[in-house]
Amino acid sequence: MEIDLSRGNIEKVATDPRDTELYLGGLGTNAKILWDRVPPEVEPFSPENLLIFGAGLLCGTPATGCNRTIVSTISPQTKLLAFSMMGGFWAPELKYAGYDKVVLRGKSPELVYLWIHDDKVEIRDAAHLRGKGAIETAELIKAELNEPKAQVAAIGMAGENRVFYASVEQGRSSASRGGIGAVMGDKGLKAIVVRGTKDLNVAQPAEYMELCNEVLEYIKHREDNPIPGVMPILAGLGSPQEMKVHDEKWHTENFMWGNSRERKRDFWNDEVAKEWTETMEKARTRLISCFNCPMKCGATISMPGLPTYMMKCFTKLTYTMGAFSDLDFGLRIAQKATEYGVDGFSAPQVMAFALELLENGILTDEDFPEMPEDSEGRFFYLLDKIVRREGIGDILADGTHWAAERIGKGAAAYAHNNIKKTEQLPLKLSMLNPVYFLMYATGEKMNITQIEGQFPQAPFATKEEREAFVSDWIQVPDEKFKQYLLDWEFRGENSNPYYPTVQMSCDIVDWQETMHYIDDALGQCAGLSSFPLKPPYHIHNYPKFISAGAGIEMDEEKLKQAAKRYRTLVRALNTRRGMRRKDEKPPANHWKKRFPELEEELLDTYYKFKGWNKEGIPTIESLHELGLGYVSDDFIERGILVEGEEDFPQEVSAATEES
Amino acid sequence: MKKTKIIKNIIIDVDKCNGCRACEVICSSFHAMPKYSNNNPERSRIRVIHEPLRDVYVPIYAGEYAVAECAGRDKYIIDGKEYDECAFCRASCPSRDLFKEPDSGLPLKCDMCEGEDEPLCVKWCLAEALIYEEREVEIEEDEEAPDEIAIGLESLANKHGMEKVIDTIAQLSKTLKS
Ligand code: SF4
Ligand code: SF4
Ligand code: SF4
Repeated sequence: MEIDLSRGNIEKVATDPRDTELYLGGLGTNAKILWDRVPPEVEPFSPENLLIFGAGLLCGTPATGCNRTIVSTISPQTKLLAFSMMGGFWAPELKYAGYDKVVLRGKSPELVYLWIHDDKVEIRDAAHLRGKGAIETAELIKAELNEPKAQVAAIGMAGENRVFYASVEQGRSSASRGGIGAVMGDKGLKAIVVRGTKDLNVAQPAEYMELCNEVLEYIKHREDNPIPGVMPILAGLGSPQEMKVHDEKWHTENFMWGNSRERKRDFWNDEVAKEWTETMEKARTRLISCFNCPMKCGATISMPGLPTYMMKCFTKLTYTMGAFSDLDFGLRIAQKATEYGVDGFSAPQVMAFALELLENGILTDEDFPEMPEDSEGRFFYLLDKIVRREGIGDILADGTHWAAERIGKGAAAYAHNNIKKTEQLPLKLSMLNPVYFLMYATGEKMNITQIEGQFPQAPFATKEEREAFVSDWIQVPDEKFKQYLLDWEFRGENSNPYYPTVQMSCDIVDWQETMHYIDDALGQCAGLSSFPLKPPYHIHNYPKFISAGAGIEMDEEKLKQAAKRYRTLVRALNTRRGMRRKDEKPPANHWKKRFPELEEELLDTYYKFKGWNKEGIPTIESLHELGLGYVSDDFIERGILVEGEEDFPQEVSAATEES
Repeated sequence: MKKTKIIKNIIIDVDKCNGCRACEVICSSFHAMPKYSNNNPERSRIRVIHEPLRDVYVPIYAGEYAVAECAGRDKYIIDGKEYDECAFCRASCPSRDLFKEPDSGLPLKCDMCEGEDEPLCVKWCLAEALIYEEREVEIEEDEEAPDEIAIGLESLANKHGMEKVIDTIAQLSKTLKS
């Protein structure tokens, strides 16, 4: 469905089955639409920029955890493609209403919301919702429509004021990365409200149900058998169980505090544990799940004196650690931040960055009139300034990269934790890990958790543990991965950074990334698939799900090829917008021990493996192989590629192993 | 003489419900024609009334069809939590949109997944908010289940008097025949 917000036009367009076959759905078809219709000259805040809410291909079917909405647009923060996923209940509802996507273009002169009720679609006035919180908005709209079962995706004040890291909030879930909430606000759209009461078909009912039941059985098996020898949060399924788990020793002692600066090695003790456990238990009313999923990764949080809200994942600690404070503060400010609708990774880092600039005299007290003295008070103060774009908040609302550029005076050195202009998890480590180097450098989802997952983060200490781990590792796409793990050691020849070898690293990264890209097209939550070790969904059962669910004939090779196709298209979109090798850099201080030569070799080999040239641009040949000849033509026309002058003639390369 | 009868019982632990609606998905999928060919929570015979912000989670099964709404309504407050009007009622009733086929408006009723070993909503609720139990009870041999119409007529007779009921039936039979 297409909505032109400038004209108030609503148009229903049937999904092209040929595109579905080639790009599946969700991210894949979102990318295709953006390639076709948003040329690189289009600015994020232009009426020509599209904002696409895409339900994944299998969303709403009985496949457990298949509920993702993939929101794609051109990001104000990176000026590249943003694609952020949200769980919850929105995408299935859209499917029950009979749609795969909502494609928004133009700009509404007045603030409006979109109301989709099966065949009836309306653009409604939202003037009375201006400045309202995202959760508050959802409740108000459901009440005024008298539709308690409607699902609402809304922005808060941050989105309205185009904060570059504004999120789209949807009850227990949000699409937070890349500032898509800002694009929504720029379009004058406060919310999209959906209610669907139609049937959702699958192609081969009996086969499909059998697959779904197998997945459920496997989930039970994994719940009963957590993986031994890894950290508790890596042992089970689901998104990291931050709402359930009280022991935060690992995060608080290994992740950085403040502006991703300080590691507190002996932070976690009995006293802190007791206090934080109490805080959480008092605040948490219930653990809650997304649509059709038993994993309960979220929670309802009620802090005394504050409205109830819902939370998931690591936002639990980002504010706490950013402000050098405690969990009580973290949960209180997250309530406001959720209503305002900001990204829980970026926002606290931006605030900590601002305070560092003040401490170092780059900003002065005059920039922060009437700011409280205490760290907690300062964070609340800054959050308010940012979402209103008031005073210094107007600059900080652009994120650390652009704020540093506007401030000048050496501020850039303090925006030190970015990749492609996006704030990363606050992690600073010692020894370079070749697999993670590649993932950080080349990922276009701007977040490590959106690439990693299938291969353990660290070797197992003993041979027995390794053998036990690989003994029921059915998810590997190829037996060789078992050997990679069996031979991986903490020390000596077979250890980081030279082991896994460059070649192995390419294989491992490619596998992990491919699984995430498949999830993002199908609408499957990474928490049951690409993110945890040994998940119920993998390359061997996915083709069957697609065949039986969507009626597209599929096998492993064809699926890998499809994922490679739209993954390459994502890269092509970004290439066309100027992304090059120089942009593919983890933060300089991410690891203490760096190996420039090895890193260059890793990039060279990985690019080649992917069918990209030395600049990270997909080559003419690989584009044609993937049926992306139109991309190749466009690149040649724009002078991005020159025929006959590609960096890599496709000699025998690692890629041959792959396809 | 005594004989036994199986009572099928689903225990609903609202404290364990996480609001995932897997039960709605599998129920509507199981009852699709052909089986599992589609799903649509709107057709499910179990619905989860949930309002996360008020911490209200009530999985509710479709029970009998009610021709007319109740003369009075009920509203429960439990542990300080206020539940919606009729929150715990299973009826497919004109006063609400629960338990009706979306297109025909025909009432829906849970049949305990006839033909399956266990109710599928229970099987799919890994949170164990729904637990299935079978209980054997002894009943009198001659305690035949009384006819539904008989029960209805008896209650009418109690209320309006036997004569009035007979008159009305006689009249009705004329109008309905013609
Ligand atoms: S695994 Fe967690 S985040 Fe993923 S769908 Fe299930 S409840 Fe939601
Ligand atoms: S499947 Fe269980 S936990 Fe999920 S909504 Fe139904 S009753 Fe609640
Ligand atoms: S027992 Fe079967 S018919 Fe009844 S609500 Fe559960 S799934 Fe539906």
